[in-house]
Amino acid sequence: MTLSHPSACAVQFQHITKSFAHANHTVTVLDRIDGDIKQGSITTLVGPSGSGKSTLLSLCNLLITPDTGQLYIQGKDIHSWPITELRRNVGIVFQDAPMVQGTALYNLQTAQRLHGIDIGNPETLMEQVGLSSSLLTQHVQDLSGGQKQRLALARTLANQPQILLLDEITSALDPSSVREVEQLLLEINRESRITLIWVTHQMEQAQRVGQETWFLMNGQLLEQRSTADFFAHPQTEEARQFIKGELQ
Amino acid sequence: MTIIALTLSLCFVLFAVVLSRSFKLGLEKDVLIATLRATIQLLIIGYVLNFIFGLEQLWVVGLFLLLMITVASLNVSKKGKSVPYMTIKVFITLVIVEIVTQALLLGFNIIPATARYIIPISGMIIGNSMILGSLLVTRLRSEVTLRQREIILLLSLGGTPRQAIMPVLKSAVRSSMIPTIDGQKTLGLVQLPGMMTGQIIAGADPITAVRFQLLIVFTTMTSAIITSILLSLFIAPSLFNKQQQLQTEPLESSS
Repeated sequence: MTLSHPSACAVQFQHITKSFAHANHTVTVLDRIDGDIKQGSITTLVGPSGSGKSTLLSLCNLLITPDTGQLYIQGKDIHSWPITELRRNVGIVFQDAPMVQGTALYNLQTAQRLHGIDIGNPETLMEQVGLSSSLLTQHVQDLSGGQKQRLALARTLANQPQILLLDEITSALDPSSVREVEQLLLEINRESRITLIWVTHQMEQAQRVGQETWFLMNGQLLEQRSTADFFAHPQTEEARQFIKGELQ
Repeated sequence: MTIIALTLSLCFVLFAVVLSRSFKLGLEKDVLIATLRATIQLLIIGYVLNFIFGLEQLWVVGLFLLLMITVASLNVSKKGKSVPYMTIKVFITLVIVEIVTQALLLGFNIIPATARYIIPISGMIIGNSMILGSLLVTRLRSEVTLRQREIILLLSLGGTPRQAIMPVLKSAVRSSMIPTIDGQKTLGLVQLPGMMTGQIIAGADPITAVRFQLLIVFTTMTSAIITSILLSLFIAPSLFNKQQQLQTEPLESSS
């Protein structure tokens, strides 16, 4: 495939490979990934479990280092970024919404403690993600899974990232909350031009929010097309089976 | 105490062996080896101390302290075998602890600068720091395992390794200090410390014995906190690689 110039992309993968060593064998999780993600776009990553989607996200934040290949973030080789600055610019929201021990407010103020950023009004941040400001004083242990997930999103947004990596962030939410979070993220993307890279297991969600969709399977990027095209005319047999729900 | 009386006290060991055999605990061999080792080691140290006290040479005292610190460092480093340069890190920690405590004790003229005072007090400080060091590594291991996601979260938000590990280090230091603090809270109520007991049995006035024991209590508290803080700060960088990613292997593979 033809890749754009790195400076035109939010993220560019060039021949990225990643393997993990286990007791007596090596598992290749990502196999020669090539692809562009445009600035300000919403890309949904879909594929069966274990296809390498979450690993691909973690590479963008340098929580995992690629074995081979080049990875460019906003036109700059990932290794030439000061690491803490890169991670501020490329925010990630994890599926399990890990929390810092303390109150919701303490979690919300993480960016302020780490970087001295003015996070603005905590009540506004809470409302922005659909949480009541009365929860600010509650210990995170007392929050539900869905509340933690929203709080995690607000905490990452407080860091003012340019690229936002979302790892199945709505899997713990009820259907109406899922729609609310989707609307919120679409709004943020529209207003702030934050690039969203969104891993999801929900086909309908991938269709609703995505502009581009990447289909991964067994560590390989099998399709990389506009979301509408991907779902209407999948080009590989694997993608067809996956869309039909025949692959898990 | 006469040699005959000491020999007769071996009946306690015999009693332990008989009990172990009766209840099929299988500890007889260990009890005998431990008794033999303790006897030989203490007899040797008794003669060595006698020799050193007779010499009254500070450099000999220094060498002896270094030997004690080396043995203690090797002991603690077994707990964190995979931490790079673990023995050296523990060694430096114990040297600093020893320097700080002795500087205060000798500088304020709390104890005289003689081998008879420096060596036994150092032994207690180094011994306590050794136990605390092992405890800290164990606590750090469980805290890092338990709060691994929190550390990764802070890194993912652009925190430095130091910022990401600091809450965990604080917890580990606090936990490792609990036995020292609790032990000191019950001192005199539940237990009479060994040194004080020894002095009283040897004929010292109990009030004088208490004064020396308090000196040890105060010194131990300081040396314990210095050991915990320094060792945790020395170990922390080895938990991250150049890409500022968490590496749990140094603690995971420890025995």
